[in-house]
Amino acid sequence: MSDSKKRTGLIFFPAFDWAISPTHPEREERLLYTQDQVFEEGLLDLDNIIEFKPGLATTEDINRIHICVPDAHSVITQSHLISAGGAITAAEKVMQKEVDNAFALVRPPGHHAMRIVHGARGFCNINIEAIMIEYIRHTYGHKRVAIVDTDCHHGDGSQDIFWHDPDTLFISIHQDGRTLYPGSGFSDEFGGPNALGYTINVPLPPGTSDEGFLFTLDNLILPILDEFKPDLVINSAGQDNHYSDPLTDMSFSAQGYALLNDRLAPDIAVLEGGYSIESALPYVNVGIILAMAGIDYSHVTEPDYRPETIRQTPQTSRHIEQQVAAIYDLWKGRAPRRAALVKGKEWLHRDRGIFYDTDMISEHQEETVRICDECGGLITIASEASTGNRIFAVIVPGRGCPACRKKGEEIFETTGKGSYQYIYFQDRDRDIFLVK
Amino acid sequence: MIIGIDVGGTHTDAVLLEALQIKKKAKVLTNQENLIESLTAVTKEIFSGEDPGDIERIVLSTTISTNAIVQGKTDRVGMILASGPGLPPEMLRIGKDTHFISGYVNHRGIRVAGTDSGEVAGIADLFERENIGHVGIVGKFSTRNPGLETEIGDIIGGRFRHRSFGHLMSGNLNFPRRIATTYLNAAIWDTYSTFVKNVMDYVGHMRITAPVYILKADGGTSKISQSVGYPVGSILSGPAASIMGILSLTDGREDAIALDIGGTTTDISIFADGVPLLEPLGVTIGGHKTLIRGLLTRSIGVGGDSRVGYEDGEFTIGPERNGPAAAFGGPSPTPTDAMIVLGLTDIGDGGKALKAIQEMASLANRSPDETAQEIFDLTCRKILSAAGEMLGEINDKPVYTVHEILEGKKVTPTVVYIVGGPAGPMAPYIEKMGGYPSCVPEHAEVANAIGAALARTTTEVTLLADTEKGEVTIAEEGIQASISRGFSHQDAMDLCEETLRKRALRMGAREDDLDMEIIEDQTFNMVRGMGSMAGKNIRIKAQVKPGLIAGFKQEASDVRQ
Repeated sequence: MSDSKKRTGLIFFPAFDWAISPTHPEREERLLYTQDQVFEEGLLDLDNIIEFKPGLATTEDINRIHICVPDAHSVITQSHLISAGGAITAAEKVMQKEVDNAFALVRPPGHHAMRIVHGARGFCNINIEAIMIEYIRHTYGHKRVAIVDTDCHHGDGSQDIFWHDPDTLFISIHQDGRTLYPGSGFSDEFGGPNALGYTINVPLPPGTSDEGFLFTLDNLILPILDEFKPDLVINSAGQDNHYSDPLTDMSFSAQGYALLNDRLAPDIAVLEGGYSIESALPYVNVGIILAMAGIDYSHVTEPDYRPETIRQTPQTSRHIEQQVAAIYDLWKGRAPRRAALVKGKEWLHRDRGIFYDTDMISEHQEETVRICDECGGLITIASEASTGNRIFAVIVPGRGCPACRKKGEEIFETTGKGSYQYIYFQDRDRDIFLVK
Repeated sequence: MIIGIDVGGTHTDAVLLEALQIKKKAKVLTNQENLIESLTAVTKEIFSGEDPGDIERIVLSTTISTNAIVQGKTDRVGMILASGPGLPPEMLRIGKDTHFISGYVNHRGIRVAGTDSGEVAGIADLFERENIGHVGIVGKFSTRNPGLETEIGDIIGGRFRHRSFGHLMSGNLNFPRRIATTYLNAAIWDTYSTFVKNVMDYVGHMRITAPVYILKADGGTSKISQSVGYPVGSILSGPAASIMGILSLTDGREDAIALDIGGTTTDISIFADGVPLLEPLGVTIGGHKTLIRGLLTRSIGVGGDSRVGYEDGEFTIGPERNGPAAAFGGPSPTPTDAMIVLGLTDIGDGGKALKAIQEMASLANRSPDETAQEIFDLTCRKILSAAGEMLGEINDKPVYTVHEILEGKKVTPTVVYIVGGPAGPMAPYIEKMGGYPSCVPEHAEVANAIGAALARTTTEVTLLADTEKGEVTIAEEGIQASISRGFSHQDAMDLCEETLRKRALRMGAREDDLDMEIIEDQTFNMVRGMGSMAGKNIRIKAQVKPGLIAGFKQEASDVRQ
């Protein structure tokens, strides 16, 4: 491990009075034992670990990145504003150099929340990392950001939001989508036409243990980060790869999580999922905090940790090695692939269905992106949900080029309401959010 | 009649209250080498001509424990730690006689690994060979399951002079602090027991039968006989006495700042609705963060005798004191000299004060009056800004529920109480600069002794009921009992209050003074497997809050008038 201490900010918000429902995994009790362990270890007494109270995110922060239907307040609770606000507080403390890095240990989570929000999916309503990242760019100017999503479930919401953004590298490692919610995150999901290669998915077989995660980190993630040269690295720190998690089938340990954070050295970590609230979370969180703070974490082990009993099979190791090599090749070849994809095209379309499992809503989306060499490209989305809502959105990307912006303004102006209840215009560079 | 005695660093003060009026005050120099001598001297003075039978109670605030710790006059302590997974042992070690054992308890109080009696006995043998007489036994999460610590205690048996157990120190979670607290408790146990014995011998010799109380760091009292097992409770009683003194000399029910402006330092404390705030986890002493319940104070190096300097075009105040003010023959100018030059006070030698300020003025190329004014302003400003920072920290303290975040309860002082030498001259300025009305209580010179005399008995208990496990614990009382699955929040509340009541009465509280308050109250549904309700996790903390003994509030304000 690294031997130098760092100043680490901790934003702890366990929302002890908020639950999706009384017996839901996302309930009051979720971070109770984590709190107990963090308090009992006395981590907040250490000179280099500083706790901060979360601020509240605002509607403007949400509207910078989401299109909430019909509006932000209809799809969130106060708790969402605090968890997004907690992520923003973590970012503020890092950007202001009050601390070297920060961990937003907050709930509810956000990485399944997509750009358009009709309700909650995968326990998430709004994407707290995405809100945080756009807050950073809005407040501190342009930044190249890498998100490494280590939640066991594919971070499909973050992928959707940054799909067309070449300035945000999104890497998700997760349990193979054929065996787990949300059923996506295959290696051929590789980014939109203007950002091809800037979404990277690494599906791992069930049973992957520390070895497999760390192999992927060392041989794929870290080399790609070296080439991308981000200004900020964000760990979307889900903890459900743990061997004791009730919702998943992986074999990651507290030691593994600590090692991963030590080597990845994220500027900001934000809690996502993780529902082994008693056997895993107390140890995983203490491990991550110590690793971020540069303190010896080698004694942080679960009481029932027996590495030999959860070690991945040789076949799993071979599979991961082959996959890592193949994905690295994909990354290396991203430029020619893009050239072939966009050749002679002005617009590209995709049609898809999105299911909101938490709120039982189905959505159909038609998304169109303008092929652009100057920016992420103008996006329009027509969306219809089983709630009866039909909307149209025009989205000028961050660092949008004049041509995309002009085109977007034209489309917003000329599109008649027709069968849509609402038409939205989002231009985050100018902090413009219009609804008609 | 009540006697209040405050053994301070320099003076030992005593007051005799009769029908709640100050009947007598006395002051002697403290003999740090022999505190009992100072006690007897001051008591003799105040007691002469009085009938011992008229004494209702005696309350002592003493530096005995604080001095033992700060001056390192402590006994060697053998520590046995059951640390389990977490921070590396190297970060937990306290002194060279720390030993780690393999048994441990997890966050729910479940014993994950049992004690190895051979291992424990081996460590005890080693302590014995090394002539260690005091042992501290501390387990991680022992407040959740005191059983492991008591079992270790049973294994090592009664062959040591003293054993301190971690779970009895506090119900709060924080293993490193529990270790430090237990260590200090064992380390000063002999010193403190001897002191108590000497006090009791003296009291017996004086034929006083009234109960003797000791003032604790949290501004509450405990019968001295009950305090022997928990000597660390009596540390830092000086600042606590001062705060309780301010409370007794004012009759505030509001949010307030209290400033005790001394020669070297200013001690700042905060009241919320007239009740002094406590440290969230415990006080810090001699570099040790502990779980010892104590009043929240911040001490800054700005006082009447602080050295005034001039560096890079700006005046500096403190943090050191080079001696008394120049007006009293000291080597450098001080805020006190500035106040003399400004005519705010007429103590000391005005000529010497002016000379010192003039030297400073020529350095700064200003007139002596301007210089004195700037020094004085800066002194007031520094004190106010430290108080403001302290308030900021209190109001920014993280909270963990949506409700509390949205409610955003804040301490907003409406008055500042000022005691100490420069209180009179500084009050109008602090009032103007800070925007708070100020109040300088009378009799402030014996505020500490009055505070001790009138402080009520305080204590707290921490209950955790886990109906899935079928167990309730109240660590401070060593309670660990079986409960039924139907154990309710109301049952927990009743048990907690009853336990608190008994504990407070045992420590010497009167029925009238049991001002109990629930300070934490949380109930969690415990869900296991695929969404089945497995039980409840109920957490309640209750306290008798710091305050004055019943019936004295009104009369205390009469004293002020």
